[in-house]
Formats: sequence, structure tokens, C-alpha cells
Amino acid sequence: MSFQWKWEFTWAILPRLMWATVNTLLASGIGYAIAMVLGLVFALLLRTGWKPLTLPLREAIEFIRSTPLVLQIFFVFYVGPQFGVRLSPWVSGMIAIGLHYSCYLSEVYRAGIEAVPRGQWEAARALNMSTRDTYMRIVIPQALPPSIAGMGNYLVGIFKDTPMLSVIGVAELMQTANAIGSETYRFLEPYTLVGVIFLLLSLPTAAFMRQFEAWVRRKLGM
Amino acid sequence: MEMSAYPLELPEDDRPMVRFMNVTKSYGALTVLDQLNLDITRGEMVTVIGPSGSGKTTVLRMLMTLETINGGVIYVDGKPLTHMPKNGVLVPANERYLRKARSMIGMCFQHFNLFPHMTALQNCMEGPVQVLGLPKAEARARSEELLEMVGMIDKKDQYPSRLSGGQQQRVAIARALAMRPKIMLFDEVTSALDPEVIGEVTNVIRKLVNEHDLTMLMVTHQMGFARDISDRVCFFYQGRIEEQGEAEAFFTNPQRERTKQFLSAVKAAD
Repeated sequence: MSFQWKWEFTWAILPRLMWATVNTLLASGIGYAIAMVLGLVFALLLRTGWKPLTLPLREAIEFIRSTPLVLQIFFVFYVGPQFGVRLSPWVSGMIAIGLHYSCYLSEVYRAGIEAVPRGQWEAARALNMSTRDTYMRIVIPQALPPSIAGMGNYLVGIFKDTPMLSVIGVAELMQTANAIGSETYRFLEPYTLVGVIFLLLSLPTAAFMRQFEAWVRRKLGM
Repeated sequence: MEMSAYPLELPEDDRPMVRFMNVTKSYGALTVLDQLNLDITRGEMVTVIGPSGSGKTTVLRMLMTLETINGGVIYVDGKPLTHMPKNGVLVPANERYLRKARSMIGMCFQHFNLFPHMTALQNCMEGPVQVLGLPKAEARARSEELLEMVGMIDKKDQYPSRLSGGQQQRVAIARALAMRPKIMLFDEVTSALDPEVIGEVTNVIRKLVNEHDLTMLMVTHQMGFARDISDRVCFFYQGRIEEQGEAEAFFTNPQRERTKQFLSAVKAAD
């Protein structure tokens, strides 16, 4: 193995890594979409205050947040079949990542919802609004801006966690870099490229989220 | 009093707009209101005064169903508000019943509670469109008319953060009126305002008293204003009505020792 950087080799493997990047972005996007929706569902369910539902759900969320994501990915993919649930690496991976991050996002939403002053709920009630309208039109729009910073952190987080999908063979960046390494016995260039690609995507995302937050606040008149 | 002793509906010839019947409210061991009995007749303007902690705001909040009650029944327009009839007796109202029952009540709050993500006009249109299901054009016309009435039509496209306290409170009054309530509740609506803008809000309320047939219940610390516009004043002390009477007589000739003490203390502070 040589630590001499080879540009020629770098250019040669770049297209393959770019394709893998598409998969990484896809995995992050799908995983995050699942997490956003599921997280909101969890946050709202926890607010119902119906003990038979909230107690197990709260425990489940704590459990998922306290165990490693990579273990959860293994579990869904390798243990699932023993219970007759046979899922492809992609589906398993998306379920594991989406579920894992939905637990974090539900906490972000919860904090955002709790930050909405009680007077807003009371005003909605005084206008005789339904619970659904109160959430959809009054509470969630106000809970959103303070949640965006936290949501942005987890978007970057989910993106950086996608390499864990390589353990079950999803052809994302990390897995592709590994494959290139074992085929060519050169690891320096593929791994470096993976790092650079992650950096180039993470940094603008964080900046974009800050812009987005400012835009949402303006849009909502706050 | 047994629940079965409360009528399912008040008789035709004895139907005040609001009736509190033995209403009790407590937080744990603390009794905020103790067996309150109070009638408010149609079109009456009743002011509730009293020291802090006397339960006066709780009266309004119970009527708006923001607080549940621990005993007794509140009737609005002859029908129970806090309870609903079931198999011939009154049981605590469920959410669906409450939505119907409270539709004739509107409320303004000390801290306005305008929706910060909506303009003044959108705040006013929200209820009529979402709750009453009015077409947007009609809701807009109604809201603009009310904003005009409270003198806020020039600012209809402003967000609450751009409005002063007095302006926000006037929008809040328009917002509540847009639901066409029969009963309006004002909970210390001038307490959070700078002294110089209190007048713009009290003038709007004055206008409502003179030009509308609303039934109104107001909690305030402004004795002069209460004396001016109320039909009746209720003085609350430790969860009970210590004294009540026609406004002018109440202020000029209070009967109870507690009332005299309170009024002179307020006067001294003014």
C-alpha cells in the first residue's frame, strides 16, 4: 500500500463515488422524511396524555435514543427475518434510520410546541377552534421556527450517519469507498474523497438551514 | 346539592343570559370560588372587582370553559354550559358539546393573545373562516367592518409585533366580535397597557356598551371606568361575592367593611 496521492486514480474513481453520493443523499432524504413525519406523530401522540399510549411510547423512544443506531440497523435487517420479516437492505436501513431520528425529532417538536405560550391555546379555544385547527393553524406554525435549528442539526446528523448503512450493504458512499479499496488496495483516495464530499455537503446544509429559519420567521411575521 | 337537583334547562320565565349555580372551583386544597351564585341578565354589563386571588378572573375563565369547575353548574341562555344532559341528568360536558355551547361566548385577554403569525385582518378572519365556515369574502367584509369600528382598519395588514399594546387589544376585541358572540368577557384588558393608551381600549368598550346589545362581564382594576359603564358591580373577596350592587350606588355608598377597605385602598393607590 502506498501513501502517495495519485490524481489519476482519484479522477478514475470519482464518477463511481458521485453515483454513491446520489444514494447517500437519497438515503438521508428518505430517512429524514420518515423521521420528520413519524417524529411529529410521536410528539402529538405523547401530548394526548392518554397513559396506556404515552407510557409505552415514551419508553420506546427512550430505548431507541439510548441504543446505537448501527445496532438497530443490524436488528431490523438480520433479526427481522427470524420473525418472518424479510426486508431489503434499503428498506431495513430506511426504517432503522427513520425510526431512530424520529425519536430525536419528536423531542425537538415537543420543545417547540411547549414553547408556544398558553395564551395562544386559550385564544384558539375562545374562538372555539377545533383541536385539529388549533394545532395545524395556530400551534404548529409557531412551534416551527424555534424547532428549525434543532431539525437542521439532525438533518446533518442523519446525513453523516448514512455510512452505517454500509454494514448491511447499501451502496452509499462508505460502502462504495470500501469496495474500491478492497478491489484496488488503495484506500487513501476513496476515503479522503468521502470525507471531502461529506464536508462539501454538510457545510452548505447548515448554512441553508440558518437562512431557512430566518425566511420562515419573516414569512410568519415574527 | 345532588346533580339530579339541577334542571336540564332553565324555565322560560327564569332565563338569565348567564347563571352560575353553586359553582365551586378549587386547586387541590385551595378553594378559589366557593358556591358561587350569580345571574347576569341579557344586555347587562357586569364588572367584577376585588383583590388579587379573590377568584374574579376564574369566574371569566370558567365561563369561557378555559377552566373546568369542581361543583355546581353554569347555564348560558338557559342551557347548561359546563354539563350536558344524559339519561335525564347532567353529566360533565364533553368536547363536542362544549364546542356548541361556548359558541356564543367571546373573550379578550390581559395579554391580547393575538396570533403572531397572522396579520390583524387574518387574526379577525381566522375564526369566521375556520370555525363558522364563512366564505373568505364575507369573513373579510365582516372583519374589516369591525377593524374599522375599533379604529384599526389602517393597520389591518400589520403583524401584531408591529402594533402597540393598545392597538393589539383593539384588534383582539375585533377578533372576538367577528365570531358574533352574545356574551363578551373582558379579562383585565387594560392591565398590561401603558397608561396613555388605556383610553383607546376603554373607548371601544364604551362604544360596545352603547351601541350593541351584548351581555358583558368584565374584570378590571379601573374603578372610574367600571363606575362609568357598568350596570352592576360585584366585589369578590376570598372566593365569594362580598357585595354587589348598581354601579353608582356601589361606589358612592358601599355597605360592607371589606368593600370600603378595598375601595379606599384602590383610591389611595390611584
